[in-house]
Amino acid sequence: MSDAAHIPAHGDHHEHPKVPYVAIAATLFVMTIITVAVSFVNLGKTGNVILAMAIASFKASLVILFFMHLKFEKKTMVVICLIPYVLAAILLFALFPDIVYGQYH
Amino acid sequence: MSEAHAIVEPSEPAIESVYNGKLAMWLFLCSEVMFFSGLLGAYITLRTGDPSRFEASQTHLHHHMWLAGFNTLLLITSSLTMAMAVVRGQAGDKPKQRMFLVLTALMGIAFLLLKFYEYSTHIAAGQVPNTDVFFAFYYTLTGLHGFHILCGVIPILGLAHFSKTHDVSKETEMVGLYWHFVDLVWIFLFPLLYLI
Repeated sequence: MSDAAHIPAHGDHHEHPKVPYVAIAATLFVMTIITVAVSFVNLGKTGNVILAMAIASFKASLVILFFMHLKFEKKTMVVICLIPYVLAAILLFALFPDIVYGQYH
Repeated sequence: MSEAHAIVEPSEPAIESVYNGKLAMWLFLCSEVMFFSGLLGAYITLRTGDPSRFEASQTHLHHHMWLAGFNTLLLITSSLTMAMAVVRGQAGDKPKQRMFLVLTALMGIAFLLLKFYEYSTHIAAGQVPNTDVFFAFYYTLTGLHGFHILCGVIPILGLAHFSKTHDVSKETEMVGLYWHFVDLVWIFLFPLLYLI
C-alpha cells in the first residue's frame, strides 16, 4: 500500500493530465494587477470589499485546484479539504451578530 | 479471501492513490485554514464593528502597496517554480528539480527581506504592534505569515540538498502543498491589509 503511489505500476493510478502551470500563474498575475487597479475605483466601501474578496477567492480556488492538484484528487480528498472552508464560513457567520449589534462604540 | 476483500472495498479505493504523508499534509493544512480563519475573523469583525479605528492607521500602509503587490507576484512565481519542482521530481529529472527548489527558496527569502524592510520603515516611523489595534493585527497576521514562509524555506532548501542523493519526489509534493497554502494565505492578506 505504502508504495502504491510510488509511481503508476498499478494500472488504476493515472497520472493527472498536464496542468497549464504557466497559464495559471499568468492568470494569477493578471488578477493581482486587477485587484490593485480596482482598489483605486470607488465602488463604495462594501462594493470594494466584496469585489476584492471575490477576486481573492477566485485566485485561491485556482491555486487549490491546479497548483495543489485538488481537481485531480479522489472525491474523498475533495470532501476532506472542503470541511475547513465550511467551518470557517460558520465561524464568520457566528461572529456576524457581533458586527450587526456592534458594541464597540 | 475474496469475501474479506469485498468487506473492505467500500472504503479502500476512495483514497487509494493518496499516500499517508500527502493525506497528513492536507489534514494539517485543514487545521491551518482554521488557524488563519480565527485571526481573519477577529480582524473582519472588529474592523466592521468600528471602521474608524482602523482606517486612519491603514493609510500608513498605502505607500507600501506596490512593495506588497510585488511580494504577491513573487509568491505566485514561487508557487509556479514549486509546482515545476514537483513535476520534475516525479519525472526523475533531479537537476531541474533541484534548480526549481532553489529558485522557490530564493523567492521565499526575497519575500522575507522585503517584509523586513517594510517592518523597519514602520518601526522607524513609530508604528509598532502596540500603536493601535490595526497595527496589532498587521504585525500578528503578517508576522505569522512570514513565520510560515520561513518554515517553508528551510525544508525546501533541505529537499534541494537531499535531492542529490535521494528520491525526494513525494516529500517535494508534500512541502509543495504547504508552500501553495502559504501563497494562498497571502492572496487574502494582501487586499485585506493593504487595499480595502
